[in-house]
Amino acid sequence: MKRIRLGQQEIVFAVFTLLFLTFSIFLRGFLTPENMLTLLQNVAVLGILGLAMAIVVIGRGIDLSLIAALAVPPGVVLQMVQNGHSLPGSLATACLLSIALGLVNGWLIAYAEVPSLFATLATGLLVAGLGQAALFQLDVVQWSDGMSGFERLGQGSILGIPTSIVMFAIACVVVVVLLRQTRWGAYIYAVGDNPNAARVTGIPTRPIIVLQYVLAALIGYFAGLVLAASVSSMPTRIFNSTLIYDVILVVVLGGIGLSGGRGGVVNVIIGTLLIGTMLNGMTIMDVPFAGQNLIKGLVLLLAVITDTFLNPRNEETAQQGDI
Amino acid sequence: MRASNLVFGTIALLGAAAFTGPALAQQGLDEPFQKPFRDALVGKTVAYVPVAMNFDLTEGWYAVLKKELEPYGVKFEIRDPNWNTNAGAQAVTSLISEKPAVMVIHNPDVQTYAKLLQRAENEGIFVIQINMGSAYRSSAFVGANWIEIGERDTEAVVKACQGKSNKIAVIQGALSAAASAYTLKGVENVLAKHPEIKVVSSQAADWDASKAKAITQTVLKQNPDLCGIVGFWDGMDIGTAAAIKEAGLTGKVFLATSGGGERKGACELVKNGSFDLNLSYDVPTQGAQMAGTIKWLLSSGAKPGSVKGSEYTTLIPITKDNADSQTACWNLADVKK
Repeated sequence: MKRIRLGQQEIVFAVFTLLFLTFSIFLRGFLTPENMLTLLQNVAVLGILGLAMAIVVIGRGIDLSLIAALAVPPGVVLQMVQNGHSLPGSLATACLLSIALGLVNGWLIAYAEVPSLFATLATGLLVAGLGQAALFQLDVVQWSDGMSGFERLGQGSILGIPTSIVMFAIACVVVVVLLRQTRWGAYIYAVGDNPNAARVTGIPTRPIIVLQYVLAALIGYFAGLVLAASVSSMPTRIFNSTLIYDVILVVVLGGIGLSGGRGGVVNVIIGTLLIGTMLNGMTIMDVPFAGQNLIKGLVLLLAVITDTFLNPRNEETAQQGDI
Repeated sequence: MRASNLVFGTIALLGAAAFTGPALAQQGLDEPFQKPFRDALVGKTVAYVPVAMNFDLTEGWYAVLKKELEPYGVKFEIRDPNWNTNAGAQAVTSLISEKPAVMVIHNPDVQTYAKLLQRAENEGIFVIQINMGSAYRSSAFVGANWIEIGERDTEAVVKACQGKSNKIAVIQGALSAAASAYTLKGVENVLAKHPEIKVVSSQAADWDASKAKAITQTVLKQNPDLCGIVGFWDGMDIGTAAAIKEAGLTGKVFLATSGGGERKGACELVKNGSFDLNLSYDVPTQGAQMAGTIKWLLSSGAKPGSVKGSEYTTLIPITKDNADSQTACWNLADVKK
């Protein structure tokens, strides 16, 4: 008899379904097409960031500098345009800055062999500090006339679907193709699953690790542009917020183990949907902020505890490097 | 004859006066108070502890204070805790032992610095609190009256709602911030007088534009007939405005907010229709009031803590009518020059 094993992905999906059904039945105005679009729109940027984090986590790393990658390069674009530079030139400069951040992260982790947790913590602080001290005049970089037209990246809609959702979908497709259809994607899984075995089989592990962080920084840059376009400014102070925990939450809750080599884009989508449903439902119910944190914490605990009960860890299932 | 003599004499007298007048002026007259004033200021240290630099309010105050005080030989120092309350408390503690003449304090909340500020005044340091006061009343408070801001913003929204759905939303700041809680009290004060108004949502967006946008989007989808929103800070309500614009409700949903009145963050956004009302607590005026208070306190010879007073800022309501004027808003770049 085959026993049905429930992984964390299935459990979180079940929690999401349960929550979604409850809201649909008891909450008036929840299950409408407009509200569904709003729900997705509100978590689109979080989802895009989740994709970036997923690539790194699948490769057995973590990128805490992701919020700096979200805030600083797009902030540079807005600031440069404000100072009278051209939009394409500013976009290219910021893109180079993102690639540089990814390269430094990757080099530190792959070649200098600094643990990713510390390396990206430090580079994130460095980049955010650089932005604050040298690049931006103010924390909130305002939209200027030179940017006009660019706000369509985050505002308005394409064929009735809000643009930020379309951007999330595009990012999902790109990452799926990269992870599942290309050799590089297969290498990322191999390196994440077992770096030593990957190296023995001839996979260029170090360049692959660098690639992961460059991709993460670039996706972070893209998410930042969507965010900036959607609120017509770049609140660079977002670096001081708890957004990075939400991103890790989306990834881990969706079922991508921090031990690497497992999971994919579907997990990010599930994690994002769960967070989005909770936030949207609580906003409709007008739950106060403190109450929202309480409920968020309870749902997360529920998911994690259920997982531990159904899939107990032992010496066989636990992997080295598991956090 | 007599008359002509009189005329002649008068002319002669006037001529004499004309000769002696300049001679008297060349001797000059000492103004007895300016030297003690200069002596009271020169070499004194003024320390400034904002909640963080790099945003329009604190940068504006800094620039004005520097410009006003440094020409008098005042040493102007800054401690930037960068949103970290603990770092701020440490900065205040270490300043107390360094004994500056004046501390200019921007409180992150009502309680954290209160005891420290009392100690500072007992040790002989004047404490001036700006915009966000603490539970301790010090020599001077210069800043916005948040209750008034909440009341006036809400009154404007209530007025705009007349004859409409009477449904409004409130986008609060961070729950721990006194400015947010006081503003909410002002909102409640007005709503108590208007039972016909229904608050469909009152949520905290943590001073974060993207959170404000997310909340507003959801609220507008549930209540497309919403007639007004009271926002608590223009830097955050850019997000609120973006949500209104995306829903195609610009001009239909009245958005009232408040801020420091910097041109890009206030007037420009009123002009393009993002905000319908932005109550400005004009930062350069606040800076000038602080500088004036520092000059007065240092030259008065008063003992720190012996006099206590408040200077609440007179608000400038920015609407479409005055958003174009040169004086309604200020430019950070110009103030920094």
